[in-house]
Amino acid sequence: MADGPVAEVLLRQLATADGGLDSAELAAKLGVEHQAVVGAVKSLQALGEIIEAELRSTKRWELTAEGEEIAREGSHEARVFRSIPPEGLAQSELMRLPSGKVGFSKAMSNKWIRVDKSAADGPRVFRVVDSVEDEVQRRLQLVQGGQAEKLGEKERSELRKRKLLTEVTLKTYWVSKGSAFSTSISKQETELSPEMISSGSWRDRPFKPYNFLAHGVLPDSGHLHPLLKVRTQFRQIFLEMGFTEMPTDNFIESSFWNFDALFQPQQHPARDQHDTFFLRDPAEALQLPMDYVHRVKRTHSQGGYGSQGYKYNWKLEEARKNLLRTHTTSASARALYRLAQKPFTPAKYFSIDRVFRNETLDATHLAEFHQIEGVVADHGLTLGHLMGVLREFFTKLGITQLRFKPAYNPYTEPSMEVFSYHQGLRKWVEVGNSGIFRPEMLLPMGLPENVSVIAWGLSLERPTMIKYGINNIRELVGHKVNLQMVYDSPLCRLDAEPGPPRTQGTA
Amino acid sequence: MPDISYAWCKAVLKENAVYILLPFKLNKLKLAISFFFQLTKNLMNCVLNLVWNLMKLYDLLCLEGLVRGLQVFKERIKAPVYKRVTPNGEIQKLIITEETARIRPYAVAAVLRNIKFTKDRYDSFIELQEKLHQNICRKRALVAIGTHDLDTLSGPFTYTAKRPSDIKFKPLNKTKEYTACELMNIYKTDNHLKHYLHIIENKPLFPVIYDSNGVVLSMPPIINGNHSKITVNTRNVFIECTGTDFTKAKIVLDVIVTMFSEYCENPFMVEAAEVVFPNGKSYIFPELAYRKEIVRADLINKKVGIRETPENIAKLLTRMHLKSEVIGDGNQIEIEIPPTRADVIHACDIVEDAAIAYGYNNIQMALPKTYTIANQFPLNKLTELLRYDMAAAGFTEALTFALCSQEDIADKLGLDISATKAVHISNPKTAEFQVARTTLLPGLLKTIAANRKMPLPLKLFEISDIVVKDSSRDVGARNYRHLCAVYYNKNPGFEIIHGLLDRIMQLLNVPPGEKKGGYVIKASEGAAFFPGRCAEILARGQSIGKLGVLHPDVITKFELTMPCSSLEINIEPFL
Repeated sequence: MADGPVAEVLLRQLATADGGLDSAELAAKLGVEHQAVVGAVKSLQALGEIIEAELRSTKRWELTAEGEEIAREGSHEARVFRSIPPEGLAQSELMRLPSGKVGFSKAMSNKWIRVDKSAADGPRVFRVVDSVEDEVQRRLQLVQGGQAEKLGEKERSELRKRKLLTEVTLKTYWVSKGSAFSTSISKQETELSPEMISSGSWRDRPFKPYNFLAHGVLPDSGHLHPLLKVRTQFRQIFLEMGFTEMPTDNFIESSFWNFDALFQPQQHPARDQHDTFFLRDPAEALQLPMDYVHRVKRTHSQGGYGSQGYKYNWKLEEARKNLLRTHTTSASARALYRLAQKPFTPAKYFSIDRVFRNETLDATHLAEFHQIEGVVADHGLTLGHLMGVLREFFTKLGITQLRFKPAYNPYTEPSMEVFSYHQGLRKWVEVGNSGIFRPEMLLPMGLPENVSVIAWGLSLERPTMIKYGINNIRELVGHKVNLQMVYDSPLCRLDAEPGPPRTQGTA
Repeated sequence: MPDISYAWCKAVLKENAVYILLPFKLNKLKLAISFFFQLTKNLMNCVLNLVWNLMKLYDLLCLEGLVRGLQVFKERIKAPVYKRVTPNGEIQKLIITEETARIRPYAVAAVLRNIKFTKDRYDSFIELQEKLHQNICRKRALVAIGTHDLDTLSGPFTYTAKRPSDIKFKPLNKTKEYTACELMNIYKTDNHLKHYLHIIENKPLFPVIYDSNGVVLSMPPIINGNHSKITVNTRNVFIECTGTDFTKAKIVLDVIVTMFSEYCENPFMVEAAEVVFPNGKSYIFPELAYRKEIVRADLINKKVGIRETPENIAKLLTRMHLKSEVIGDGNQIEIEIPPTRADVIHACDIVEDAAIAYGYNNIQMALPKTYTIANQFPLNKLTELLRYDMAAAGFTEALTFALCSQEDIADKLGLDISATKAVHISNPKTAEFQVARTTLLPGLLKTIAANRKMPLPLKLFEISDIVVKDSSRDVGARNYRHLCAVYYNKNPGFEIIHGLLDRIMQLLNVPPGEKKGGYVIKASEGAAFFPGRCAEILARGQSIGKLGVLHPDVITKFELTMPCSSLEINIEPFL
């Protein structure tokens, strides 16, 4: 209670005090624990400007329990001295005394006693002097009497080393009148209650002020995963741009759709066991669109559609091999093939889903990640159109400075890598890969010759890591996720925020 | 402006190697190039693009190619014409025997006559071979190159295959002879060569090339003989490429001879060699084939999105090593594709070169007028809606891996792997990637295990795909979209998971009750669940999943200590 008896006494004392009073002195005066006065000071402080309290710390010397015993009974060496009768005492007997061990050596070094090792029944101890001054006891009694300052620095530190003295810091308050000082305090209400509202008593009651510096209580809530919040925004951007979502709910794909249909030759390094997860069961695709497969085979091995082809022995077994798709472009190939089976109408497609690579794992690479892909199919699309669409897409992500550089992709020609200047990282970063699908990929599907298909892709993880300032991908994706990070992550507003939060490294 | 010399290029590249490798240092490389070239901004963009484009071409893996590329681009020199010449004396012959058919059936060869190496040239020559081996040769699996001092040998040469114990020679940089069997053992510990051993290891016959005196030139694709080793002083080089891909072998040979014939007494002249195949047919190599393509200028303009005259386009292409001229009606461009440009196989490759020479960043951007109405994929649309309401119900979203160990989906859940219908990966590097998950539950339990320090209760969910075998699908497997939720606390909280199910059904507009279109839960069994604490969920007339309190064995196997209840359903019936 803020208005406990100590608080009331304190206020009364303060009313008559000259300037202020010390909490420790008040405690001594009232004969209460110092802590009780401190409690009163704090509760009065909480009421506003009634009092002002300034924290002061003072140091003083106190005796330890052993020190108090010595101040009362004398030092160990003096007690040893006193216990030795004029005829001496057997050393073994002396050692059994409570102060024996410590006192014996100290008394020896003070040259108060001596040992006669030649005595008949073992060593005996004799007094050397008739009387002694117990300097240790005298000094401790001085400290006990509050006169520690009379001892020299060296003497105090010697006593402290013997664990007879300790220095204690006492925190006290210097209490003075506040701007709203009053000796009569009324109890303040903490909260508005239904009764106060119905009785109207709130009108007459003072309310305890809130501490607006304290944190609120976070609501109990569920949270969406940051990577998937970014996925939602990317979906939104594509939908705003009129792109239709492709089905991608097939992690298992045949080599045919994943590679061959994209005019990726069968000896291409990406088809190596080291880069791609192949399946043991089911090891092979059961059905392939054989008409189309033959056109693909011919294009690879002999050329056609204006192409020289790769001129190698294309094998159906290789195309049948099942794998975990290495890119969502396999789903784009299926969508374009479906598009080609009807009279042509322009199309804009997108997808965001998982892909799998049998790669070496590190802080930024996992065996599975999400790929974002956009595709536009229409008559007469140009490289300039591709760049124009990329500009609009990246502007929606808040990225306006773009630069394009030649790249190599087996299934796009021309190909371009997209770079953007990242204000936060202060460097050009690769933000995506793009190109125009090769005619050797499109024409065997049955798309008309003057239809071009432009496409681009990027990973979902990388922009998310940059956005949320995450350095290790395992903290973001997979079961080792840091749930606290999930709980704390802000809304995803791709175009509203300039860059990653400043970390210690960049600060 | 300095001359674009070999030495200059080497210096610039050395200085900027790091920038070329790390594209984000783009600005610094630009600065360096513009300083040396004193280029205008647009031209600088082109040169920069060119340098990168050159990096992708096989013939520009060496400085000779890069220097020549830049010189042609800057119109300092005309692209050289590479010629195959028949020697005045006897032509070098390589005879392939039929034993090679089963191991490494193709071989091609050529001679560089009166070449003059220097230390730099020699190093570059060796480096190019190594780069080709790593790159187009697919780590020597498709093609392996051997280069020899012709003056130490005497033709004709024989390319054959023999039992490893019957092959004995002194290999490169060794002082004594070894049999092929011994060599395979020695090279097991060789950091460089051990990567190639698997190509012929365990084959009954090994490929080998002999000269007419029985001297071993090489045992492809592993090692050359020491006898015919080339040095800086070698004047006549015999080059053989053996392989399993004929086209690639021919390209590799063309690349080497076009790059280094520059240092021959008659620059860019390559001496032919004859290769006799087992069927008796004989071919002359290198091919050094020039091909002509005719592409309409307006097609290039239309594909790139620029408006250049045919003459300008021809000029752009010529600078890219594709000698071009306007012919016919003035709109057609005839392009000569040299043997160094094996990457050009379609008109679209020519279009790209024109665009690169023009400079990607100089192309005017435009928006396509393609009018389309967007549709969401219905399954993803439903998923998105459910995710928000799961979070609103107080559950936090997890994102776990689709690949996992057999143990995760079987042993740890008290199941046998054969009961799971899981698809199996044939080449996992670790046990974490043995199978695709058949249930989302293990991922969520592992997420809890990694977050045990977080305050209880932990309420997690995930809506994502699982994979099972399905012979009705073209690939023999399919995904299902699952929703899984777990509650982890000091009490099992079955009522909370049950309440979540009721809420999900409410959201999906499925009423409780057995009548048509409704949902009920019925006591059931499940290996992962505590006996008597498991129920099957039946909705719209079909079983969609299970809920219940997890079995203590499951909790322990996932390194958890508290009771836990879970729910997992297939959401596809609600589309």
